[in-house]
Amino acid sequence: MAADALMSDLERLYPPKRLLRAPVQLAPYESDALTAFRTRPLAVVLSETQDEVIETVRLCHKHAVPFVARGSGTSLSGGSLPLAEGIVIALNRLNHILTLDPQTRTALVEPGVANLAVSQAAAPHGLYYAPDPSSQPICTIGGNVAFNSGGAHCLKYGMTANHVLGIKAVLPDGEVVEMGGDSLEGVGPDLAGFFVGSEGLFGIALEITLRLLPVPEMYRTVLASYSSLGAAGDAVTNVVASGLLPGALEIMDRLAIQAAEASVDAGYPKGAAAVLIVELEGERIQVEAEFARLLTVIESTGADEVRVAQDAAERARIWKGRKGAFSAVGRLSPDYIVQDGVVPRSHLGEALARIEELSAEYDLRVANVFHAGDGNLHPLILYNGREPGALERAEELAGDILRLCIQLGGSITGEHGVGVEKLAYMPEMFNETDLAVMGELRAAIDPLGLANRGKMLPAGDAPALHAHGPHPLEKAGIISRE
Amino acid sequence: MNNVMDVINAERIEDVQAAMQEPGDARLRIRGGGSKTALSTPRAGERILDLSRLSAILEYEPGEYTFTALAGTPIRKVEAALAEHGQYLPFDPPLAGAGATLGGTVATGLSGSGRQRYGGVRDFLIGARFVDGQGRLVRGGGKVVKNAAGFDLPKLMVGSLGRLGALVELSFKVFPKPAAYATVETRFVSLDQAVDAMVSLSAAPLDVEALDLTPDAEGFVIWARLGGVADVLDERAERLRAFLDGGHILTGEEERAHWRTAGDFAWLPADASLIKVALTPAQVAALEKRLPGPGDSPRRYSVGGALAWLAWQASISDLDAILTDLNLPGLLILGDGQPALIGRRPDPVYLDRIKRTLDPAGRLLKF
Ligand SMILES: Cc1cc2nc3c(=O)[nH]c(=O)nc-3n(C[C@H](O)[C@H](O)[C@H](O)COP(=O)(O)OP(=O)(O)OC[C@H]3O[C@@H](n4cnc5c(N)ncnc54)[C@H](O)[C@@H]3O)c2cc1C
Repeated sequence: MAADALMSDLERLYPPKRLLRAPVQLAPYESDALTAFRTRPLAVVLSETQDEVIETVRLCHKHAVPFVARGSGTSLSGGSLPLAEGIVIALNRLNHILTLDPQTRTALVEPGVANLAVSQAAAPHGLYYAPDPSSQPICTIGGNVAFNSGGAHCLKYGMTANHVLGIKAVLPDGEVVEMGGDSLEGVGPDLAGFFVGSEGLFGIALEITLRLLPVPEMYRTVLASYSSLGAAGDAVTNVVASGLLPGALEIMDRLAIQAAEASVDAGYPKGAAAVLIVELEGERIQVEAEFARLLTVIESTGADEVRVAQDAAERARIWKGRKGAFSAVGRLSPDYIVQDGVVPRSHLGEALARIEELSAEYDLRVANVFHAGDGNLHPLILYNGREPGALERAEELAGDILRLCIQLGGSITGEHGVGVEKLAYMPEMFNETDLAVMGELRAAIDPLGLANRGKMLPAGDAPALHAHGPHPLEKAGIISRE
Repeated sequence: MNNVMDVINAERIEDVQAAMQEPGDARLRIRGGGSKTALSTPRAGERILDLSRLSAILEYEPGEYTFTALAGTPIRKVEAALAEHGQYLPFDPPLAGAGATLGGTVATGLSGSGRQRYGGVRDFLIGARFVDGQGRLVRGGGKVVKNAAGFDLPKLMVGSLGRLGALVELSFKVFPKPAAYATVETRFVSLDQAVDAMVSLSAAPLDVEALDLTPDAEGFVIWARLGGVADVLDERAERLRAFLDGGHILTGEEERAHWRTAGDFAWLPADASLIKVALTPAQVAALEKRLPGPGDSPRRYSVGGALAWLAWQASISDLDAILTDLNLPGLLILGDGQPALIGRRPDPVYLDRIKRTLDPAGRLLKF
């Protein structure tokens, strides 16, 4: 009923080619990058203007039909998974950089602008947009805002929230609000900051003011290989203790190295158990001085081989291997789950050793690629989806890793968000009161619970803490797997 | 006015919860170190909830670049503990010398000159526990430098002015402190030139730690601070001086004293109010045009022109009108004027919904 009424309103708002309803048209929107879960929405609208988005949200509110905003659908936690009784508002076509002001070093962008496009537009002014998720050529600023996405350079420059100054958004009941502004500073509660990371539950960002940084004058990138993962972890501890503040500190383990080598030929040392990538960046004179110190520190860590990128091309090659690691792992296994958890840096070694044990226990290979500088682990759990029960085993293993992160005082997600994937772990990370307050805030902003319903906040009938096997939404018949 | 009856001294977090749940009409005004007089002095019909006894560093693991402390912990105490391990809070929390606490700094949303390089208090706060207006103890964020689980309640608390809850425990990210500093001081005759210099310096890859501008009787002075490896600092300072077409290089105690004085507002005339204004470098000229001469009303632009600290002797409503005209938001920090929020106010639609959720009975101050 409500759905039919909404559809006839939408038909007035959108030409047929931008109101998708046929199964074949809907297929590409049934899942995000967490492809194990699929749901066919009622419809997908391809909005081209902010007014269309606002009007669509108002119509959804009028008919009490839930909606899911979608950027490029690269979410790894099911954040942009549709609802069977709802619609998807696709924002890819809202992809204009509205202004780029080199004076204030800000860019005002629409949500469908790709992350990398901002840096490309800023480059002629010697500026760039710092957050650099590996998916940056395609993922959108809207998606980044929703998930407070990170990347390899978070230790020094923070995540998306640290680079968003202002947001204009349509709230789930159709009200349009402006938060923050174009100053680096604010007065009053940081509402723009609070919107970032709300996983689409507070409404849809329509315009985002981003802070741009000067492109560093110099990068010095070094790749060190180790004969054990533990040794690479210890090296991180030494680098950090030396008082240096690298722009990036990344580790890849043997399996991840093999995958990267097979797919992009990054030239990583063959046979290494782990590689560490450390990058210093900043003013030339300072970086040269720090780099001398860094090399001394690295030499003391028993690295088997130390390679220094001699030019921009060599630096790019090192990063290509790292940034392509997720997709490269696809070559090693028909299916895999990308996990995302955080542990305090000093517990990295312990966490990795435990993951290795778990991998053996579950008889599933795990490749480790991680942002070592901020303790952000990305275990890639390899499994064969055709083998009965393999996905369930992989998910159990993933769950054990998340619990490990909580036990060690960390977090269930550093950058990929809770989405639907980690709903069950929220009650382990936050207590009842914390979750109740988050739920009330959500209800105050979205009384009908329309925006990205079912994500991030466990519902009243919260999935049991030890939910294994099928996802709770799956049991309820709301989502299904292929 | 400030008699003992009107003050609740919280010794424990439970006391804060009890205070929120106590019946009564008096709204609670939360006080940390009392260093921001405009915000912590009680008005008629209010009670003070004093958190200065909630003071302790609970966890500090230098290798993690993080610490957790009770909200009433003085900034000075934290800075001393961090300094033992060569670390610091890079955003230079203001009014440390006057007894500012962590909680007060977060609730007021104040960052000092060091904000230029790596960001402000919003960027270094990673976790918070607060007691809301219903007396519930709520946690958001975490204790690790990177975390994306749940709504970012810590960000909501930044600048919340004690009106959404009482902060009781805070976790911060910290950084290694530069081994040495140098500052280039360059004088400009015209404001346009000074602002241009500031803008191009912010966009240049010279990594200045702080970038301030002070108007005086003879013109305008830019203060650009460098920090880093001691051996190469002279060379960097020379390069910076050349970039600014000249200037004087400050080092050692003279240099440190300059920034300490700036951060403690020692330049503020005794009877003046202090107001924070958020703006962009492009708006500096418009604001300057509306302000009295710097002799009567000294001021300091900070963070490359994203922040202004104004000393104000006339009535607050005059300044409110000027800021409203220019569409700039302002906040009273020192003095006895009111209201606290002047100029452009936060969007009420969104904020009211949040306020009603966390403080439905109006135990805390109104925005
Ligand atoms: C190969 C690969 C590598 C990746 N690497 C990283 C990485 O290094 N770091 C990292 O953090 N993430 C990474 N990701 C995850 C993903 O790219 C990010 O989460 C990204 O921000 C999602 O952007 P998107 O445009 O694809 O958003 P979508 O997947 O379309 O949506 C993500 C969420 O945002 C919401 N949303 C979208 N637009 C808006 C809007 N305008 N307003 C409100 N809500 C909105 C959606 O409803 C959904 O909940 C990676 C993913 C892949 C596939």
